[in-house]
Amino acid sequence: MKAGSMKGLSVPPLLIGFGTVGLALGLVEIMLMLGLLNRFVVPFPSAVFGSFGRLFAEEELFERLLQTGAEALAASVLVAVFGIVIGVVLYRFRILRLATEPWVAAVAAAPIVLAYPLFLVIFGRSAATIVAMGFAAGLAPVVLKTLEGLNGVRKSLIDVGRSYNLSQSQLFWKILLPAAVPTIFVGVRLGLVFALINLIGVEFLINFGGLGQLINDLAERYDLPAMFATIVFVVLVSVVIFAALERMERWFRPAR
Amino acid sequence: MTDGEREDERDMVAANAKLRLAASRSAETDLVIDDVSMHFDTREGRITAVDGVSFAVERGEFVSIIGPSGCGKSTVFNILGGLIGGYEGTVSVGGEIVTGPHPSVGMVFQEESTFPWRTVIDNVAFPLEVKGVGKVERHEVARRFIDMVGLAGFEQRYPSELSGGMRQRVAIARTLVFEPKILLMDEPFAALDEQTRLLLGDKVLKIQQDLKQTTLLITHNITEAVQLSDRVVIMTFRPGRVKRIVDIRLPRPRDGGVIGSEAFGRYVAEIWNDLREEASRGMAESEAGARKGRG
Ligand SMILES: Nc1ncnc2c1ncn2[C@@H]1O[C@H](COP(=O)(O)OP(=O)(O)OP(=O)(O)O)[C@@H](O)[C@H]1O
Ligand SMILES: [Mg+2]
Repeated sequence: MKAGSMKGLSVPPLLIGFGTVGLALGLVEIMLMLGLLNRFVVPFPSAVFGSFGRLFAEEELFERLLQTGAEALAASVLVAVFGIVIGVVLYRFRILRLATEPWVAAVAAAPIVLAYPLFLVIFGRSAATIVAMGFAAGLAPVVLKTLEGLNGVRKSLIDVGRSYNLSQSQLFWKILLPAAVPTIFVGVRLGLVFALINLIGVEFLINFGGLGQLINDLAERYDLPAMFATIVFVVLVSVVIFAALERMERWFRPAR
Repeated sequence: MTDGEREDERDMVAANAKLRLAASRSAETDLVIDDVSMHFDTREGRITAVDGVSFAVERGEFVSIIGPSGCGKSTVFNILGGLIGGYEGTVSVGGEIVTGPHPSVGMVFQEESTFPWRTVIDNVAFPLEVKGVGKVERHEVARRFIDMVGLAGFEQRYPSELSGGMRQRVAIARTLVFEPKILLMDEPFAALDEQTRLLLGDKVLKIQQDLKQTTLLITHNITEAVQLSDRVVIMTFRPGRVKRIVDIRLPRPRDGGVIGSEAFGRYVAEIWNDLREEASRGMAESEAGARKGRG
């Protein structure tokens, strides 16, 4: 019953979404044919989609996806683990928190990707630089949201725990952490978005690694249809990743 | 023996009896609040939430505290529960001076306190879980108490899928499940409709009598206080003091017959008389405060 009504609601928006994109692409195609848009700047959407076969066969799109995926996975795990741990430590030690929270917030808002030369010097032109960039970009939101989640735990819930004489660690694992999980997860999702964006950006900038480098290559070869196709591919992959994350989130906190 | 001597002797006997009473009382008294004051520092300055409050609850006794909103009832509750410190005076629970939450105390909080990430049954089983009771056993016990508060069939729901009154019943079941010797409840029935309140009050009372629990109930509801209690402590509006302690000498069980009786009505009227003064003072003061705040 519930699933049925959810489906009934979520399928039309999906259709409308695809329909809108399809319509827009069709319009661009027609405008290009009529010469209203410059063919040397804007590729034919049909050519963009046509180049996918070439990308998979000649440009090793799939292998590059795996490479970027592996980097993203490494950065994500690092972001989640370190972000949550640092958040918890800052929560436990008020002085540390007061000293560092404004800085963390500033870092969260900074365009970290501009610091890539620094990482390049430290880690060399390697996957390590890319992972480190992704990690640096994604860390701050996880730390901030973890702190926010723990600070926001309702006092009456903590009082319940205290009234049962829970130890500090029981209080943390049984009450503070589960109560903060929804907020922490928002942070993790934000962190992963930041990490992924920066990861591909750095691949592009230092011309190393997976999908980002491919986009760089194709741009330099002026293979516009293939370049756009790769960008579309990146967008699709992101959509899939975030849909999966949302699923996971629901699994973590059933019925709220 | 002159008359004077005889009188002296009678006084002596009386004094001795009182001493004995005090001695026996200290052994049998589960909750003692002796001349307790509590201040809070707020932006508007220092406020005295509780001022020189004293009362005691004997083992197995059911006592209610009734008083206008903001008179310090929850503060007394938190002090007895060992959740806040920094007060003046002495407080003892189960014969021991309070230094923190006492293991034989169970608390039902005024605010929403169910765990949103746990199902009803896992909420109720929580105290058993932290005590290390196995899953099968704790679920069995939890189910019994879920039945008792009238939530059978809702075991697998999450609190967000229940009404406010149902959530409060989950919280009550969660506290009763480990059968605390001393039960502290802060307006546990406030979110319930009148009928559920009466039925649940009956059930809690039955458990209380079965387990001979020492119970302190905080309430706004005069009928509820008279229906359930051996004694009712009436508190004054700010600063919170004990205005009067009323002994409710009504037979138990307090079924429909007792509740309909004239004596019952007299107690309700008597307490209402005391409270009306405090309540109207409270209203006037907060209205004045609001005017000052606006001006
Ligand atoms: N942590 C706190 N900080 C500052 N003031 C507080 C705090 N807790 C309570 N107070 C103040 O102490 C007074 C008594 O509060 P308390 O919660 O004990 O009232 P109450 O009798 O339980 O009221 P109600 O019936 O509305 O629940 C109030 O004026 C309140 O503003
Ligand atoms: Mg209160």
